[in-house]
Amino acid sequence: MKCDVCEKEATVFLTQIINGQMTTVNLCEGCSKAKGVTEETGFGLAEAFLTHSHRPDENMEVVCDACGFTASQLKKIGRMGCPECYTAFREGLDGLLRNMHKGTRHVGKRPNNQGAGTPQLLPRRRGAVPAPPSAPAPAAATPPPAPPPVDVNKLRADLDLAVKEERYEDAARLKAEIERLQTKASSK
Amino acid sequence: MMRFATLIKNPADWMKGAGPHSDIVMTSRVRLARNLRGFPFPGFSQERQRIDLLGQVRPVIESLPEMRDGYSEDYTDLSKIRKQVLVERHLVSREHAARSSGCAVVVDRKQSISIMINEEDHFRIQGIRPGLNLHSAYDLVDRVDTELSDALPFAFDTKLGYLTACPTNLGTGMRASVMLHLPALVLTEQINPVIKAVGKIGLAVRGLYGEGTEALGNLFQISNQHTLGEAEPEIIAQIEKVIEGVVRSEQTARAKLREDHQTMLHDQVGRAYAVLRYAHILSSKEALNLLSMLRLGADLDLVGNCDRSLLDMLLLEIQPAHLQLNAARELSPEERDSMRAEITRARLQSIDGPGSLPPSQSTPGGPASAPNDE
Repeated sequence: MKCDVCEKEATVFLTQIINGQMTTVNLCEGCSKAKGVTEETGFGLAEAFLTHSHRPDENMEVVCDACGFTASQLKKIGRMGCPECYTAFREGLDGLLRNMHKGTRHVGKRPNNQGAGTPQLLPRRRGAVPAPPSAPAPAAATPPPAPPPVDVNKLRADLDLAVKEERYEDAARLKAEIERLQTKASSK
Repeated sequence: MMRFATLIKNPADWMKGAGPHSDIVMTSRVRLARNLRGFPFPGFSQERQRIDLLGQVRPVIESLPEMRDGYSEDYTDLSKIRKQVLVERHLVSREHAARSSGCAVVVDRKQSISIMINEEDHFRIQGIRPGLNLHSAYDLVDRVDTELSDALPFAFDTKLGYLTACPTNLGTGMRASVMLHLPALVLTEQINPVIKAVGKIGLAVRGLYGEGTEALGNLFQISNQHTLGEAEPEIIAQIEKVIEGVVRSEQTARAKLREDHQTMLHDQVGRAYAVLRYAHILSSKEALNLLSMLRLGADLDLVGNCDRSLLDMLLLEIQPAHLQLNAARELSPEERDSMRAEITRARLQSIDGPGSLPPSQSTPGGPASAPNDE
């Protein structure tokens, strides 16, 4: 049995009955943790499932451009998806950090190679893999070039098909793409 | 590179050596969380991305001067028991051991530095020293971190510092923790106020194996919770100051035990020695608690010929995964308890049991040794 979210072997099987309607979700260990299934409190099956791919009208949620991580995922697991997420979700971050730490500004050690040209390591582009930023300063993120006209409805149809055919990597990519377009549209 | 068997056969540097306050402070550890720019964090990356990253960074780590000829292993080549052994040795975290493909650990020859790849962050660099010596543990990881940052582009922001998967590690990405043996504070029932006071200053107190674990064997870990807004030396200086205070309280409590509760103290140490020396079934919890008493006895010279490093090594040998590694098979809890007793009996053979009290002081005196008339 494969995980409903990624392609790994599912080890956590959840069945929930609401109003006589039975829903089953199969998850691998990693995804079950990410979805908060293993936490004792606050797990809503429908919620965990719906936030993944079956809610096309998810409106205006903040998404990290670099990795596709969403604000609701951040809220759920309390962790970021990639270093760029700190730029994407910077709103409200200061307040959070004030409660967590002694201050909100780093005063310690700095790495040597900051701004020293391009990193030697480049991730292979696949799905929602981010390209390394040319400069580390998060505030100065340059806006991406205007996207080619893409039909969101077409992407949604592709997404449904991908889910049906269990091509979850494609599904994740499509979903990130749709969310990106939606955020862009709503911010205009 | 070093083989697993070689790594395990040899006691770690911190077990052999002694540091400041070694009688009370077992170890000082510092770990740094680091991530690569342009890669999603391990928790949100695909398996292939983690494998890619591992393949690229592992040779860089292995070629560091500190890590040369060390131990390096991909988790897909490690059995569950072997991974658990590394956890019991404090070389990897429980969370890391639970992962598999795309993860690896590199340990130096002295077992003082370990680098976990693809834990919650891409890198967790850990340094461990005996006694109260956070400065020296930080020096170890600081050097490795600087060398790595020459070769790898770390995710860093001028305002937020090192960017980590969890915002609680932002800034320095540093967690400094000290493992303390506090039997006298527990016996004299002063431990709770001490823990409370330490918690109030913003430090965390945990049990032997980190988050959510019980304080077995009177062992407590104290570590910083704040990582942003203060420089590394400040954080370390603050913890060391607090620990010095806890150490003084423990010393006072030990002195009090000796003076006011001598019979109770001798009774506890004597019982611990007797059970450990002759029992045939020992649960993990019982063994840890009794070894704590024996260690206290050794620290106060009540038992002779008892080397602290022998007890440190035994503490590891009787852990579940170490027992199973030794037996070369999986053991049921019952089998483990009897094997634990067997090893303990053998190792403690050379120790002299606690002698009798000097007659003038052996009369029941202090409140804790009041006779029990049942």
